[in-house]
Amino acid sequence: MSDNNITNIMVAGIGGQGVMTAAEILSQTALAQGYDVKKTEVAGMSQRGGVVTSHVRFGNRILSPAIPPGETDILVGFEPAEALRWCEQLRPSGVAMVNTMRQEPPVVSLGLFDYPEDPVGDILKAGINVHAFDAGAISRELGNPKLVNTVMLGAISKYLPFSAEILKNEILDRFRTHKPKLVEINERAFEAGQAAEVANR
Amino acid sequence: MSGNEAVSRGAWEAGCRVAAAYPGTPATEILEYASQMPDMYSEWSVNEKISLEVAIGASLAGSRALCAMKHVGLNIAADALMTQTLVGVNGGLVIAVADDVGLSSSQNEQDSRFWGRFAHVPMLEPADAQEAYEMVKYAFELSERFNAPVILRMTTRICHVKAVVIPGGRKEHCQEAGFQKDASRMVMTPSNARHAIPRMYEREDKLRMFSDECELNYIKKGNDKRVGYITSGPTFMHVQESFPDAPTLKIGLSYPLPMEKIRELASQVEQLVIVEEVEPIAETEIKAAGIEVLGKEILPRIGELAPDVLRPAIAKLLGEEVIQESSSIPVPTPQPQVKVPVSMHNADIFPRPPTMCVACPHLGIYYCLSKIRNTSISGDIGCYTLGAGHPWNALDTTICMGASMGVAHGLDKGRVEADKDKRIIAVIGDSTFMHTGMQGLLDITYNKGNVTVLLLDNRAVGMTGGQYNPGSGRDIHGEESMRVSFAKLCEALGVKSERIHKVNPYELPTLFKAIRQEININDTSVIITNQPCVLVDFYGAQPALSVDDDKCTGCKNCLSIGCPAIYVTRRETVIKPNGKERDLAFVRIDSAACTGCDLCPKTCGPDAIIPMEGFVRQ
Repeated sequence: MSDNNITNIMVAGIGGQGVMTAAEILSQTALAQGYDVKKTEVAGMSQRGGVVTSHVRFGNRILSPAIPPGETDILVGFEPAEALRWCEQLRPSGVAMVNTMRQEPPVVSLGLFDYPEDPVGDILKAGINVHAFDAGAISRELGNPKLVNTVMLGAISKYLPFSAEILKNEILDRFRTHKPKLVEINERAFEAGQAAEVANR
Repeated sequence: MSGNEAVSRGAWEAGCRVAAAYPGTPATEILEYASQMPDMYSEWSVNEKISLEVAIGASLAGSRALCAMKHVGLNIAADALMTQTLVGVNGGLVIAVADDVGLSSSQNEQDSRFWGRFAHVPMLEPADAQEAYEMVKYAFELSERFNAPVILRMTTRICHVKAVVIPGGRKEHCQEAGFQKDASRMVMTPSNARHAIPRMYEREDKLRMFSDECELNYIKKGNDKRVGYITSGPTFMHVQESFPDAPTLKIGLSYPLPMEKIRELASQVEQLVIVEEVEPIAETEIKAAGIEVLGKEILPRIGELAPDVLRPAIAKLLGEEVIQESSSIPVPTPQPQVKVPVSMHNADIFPRPPTMCVACPHLGIYYCLSKIRNTSISGDIGCYTLGAGHPWNALDTTICMGASMGVAHGLDKGRVEADKDKRIIAVIGDSTFMHTGMQGLLDITYNKGNVTVLLLDNRAVGMTGGQYNPGSGRDIHGEESMRVSFAKLCEALGVKSERIHKVNPYELPTLFKAIRQEININDTSVIITNQPCVLVDFYGAQPALSVDDDKCTGCKNCLSIGCPAIYVTRRETVIKPNGKERDLAFVRIDSAACTGCDLCPKTCGPDAIIPMEGFVRQ
């Protein structure tokens, strides 16, 4: 509903990757900006390495918490095959931000299924506006593999209806209260994500 | 806040003094939040029936009480519910039950709305977190006003959705006179129950009239009168999202149904459609009342009725095509309108089924079970149900909580000649064993059964996120409590002490030997594992392991452990001297995930898996 100005963000990945945290941060930020917000995910067994997706919706008034099919504005893919799995949920004008660090499940290691050869290429072939980079490598270079989350949020920050600074501050505030030592490194991770978005068009 | 948090908050504000539950997705967090509230007693009960009984007792004692469970939990608690409805309440009694519509983490998709009809109790269905918060407060009032327990029916889309909720403050509430002895009301002998039944029906009649005037049931007006919708719970939001201008009846008090309001809506629209998830319960009742309505003729009986399902179904009904809506937010670089090819459908991508965690203490158990032939393995509800998956394929049945025991006993007693040498094994976790499994073990020993029980004690309710239980030695607040001795418990249940073994599940040779030995003895035995779930805070991670590439022969033995930290880097096919092809897979270990449990090195012939040099855990 264009008159309602709703932003639909889908965060997709694997249980344990920080999908829910990223969605939580986006929701809190939108809430602080005065939007009505709904966030939904399917949890439970996703904790055991299964597929996990979280839908974040914000706007003047949100009814259904689930993003209707084909109405996703931003797809945040924490893993390339997961991004491919959900990319058809994007609007034609939507954008996919993809971490290219692969995570193969045991069914692939066991040789029962094949991992797609070039998931990002497949997304591109579908005519989707995709930015892909190895957020895992960026995090490791910064010295902490757990920074993937912040890198990905930095990368999507320019596509949000509020400024990147607002999102960055929301993330850093969370660390300021609980883990002040990690504020600086997260700031760098956020900025690295912003740079990666620009560099990977 | 989430719907679950909203229920706890609402209950607390309503002056609820006792809250009890057994963990179960998607309702688990209700009690996790409740445990953080001041002035409200909370507990993890051993099972759902006990949680309801605790709440019943608290209600009769004069306190408002809440119990929470997932849909299948109410099956366990139903025995208490079906008689509680005759007794009634003193302090308000609310049963929050969460249906797993879409089966994200359950063995079935049953519809809890039947319980309102079966137990003749009112049922409320919130449409989002704010309503869950308001309705739980309303439910306590309703419970006291009509002298009935009230069921608050939630679904995953209410429990796990976070939305804006505006909370208030707590108002203390209790029946000051306390517990009032009245055997004719609370001792349900046949003669007393006989008098209670007419009172229950009288109450139901009053509730039926009340439903039509209840403010939770209202018609939202609309101009598109081609179709009018009847909705309850999350379907109201889905219908509003899909058809914002259609007249819609929003049912909050969903049992008894507001039949006059349904008639009113029917008179205003050309066609009436009822949007109810899972069973056509209200549909059947509406049709029986002589009102024309479409329901399961055009909508599926399985899963959620979200806009992706509703829009095409209604378009078909109206003979329209589905219209794609345009973008709502500005995107810096406008893209050409493209259609994703059909071949890209996500079904084409490999599945990613849930699997056991890295270093899970159950991995060794299933590795052993997958190597033992001629067994029937009766499983149970918990993480170890995942043993049915790859690479182990070592679970033959899973029915419901605690069923592994009775089913194993039945597999033994009901065996036919073809299975005369089959060894019967039951696999059950600590929490499930205490929930409803231990009675099954008693049945086996009492009836001279022959089952080898693997009691996987990981000291937590693993599948729901590691909640504490009587095997953890901690209570809901994390404070020290008694810790049950499973060896003593099993002995008390009739297992001979020499048939009870405690083993470390990471010591593969010992574990393998214990299972081998016990399945070949004609008596019931219990093998208890003793290592904690990797999700609990007292799990001790060790330095990560790594693979020496020069030594790895690609034999794939370590992959049959099923640890997600082991991944394949290279595959090769070699021709053996006998001319047969052999597939090799060379592996590495994800050092960020590995906790150094030391299980996989025991499967590695060439000793290629070694501690990682200079590893520092982050």
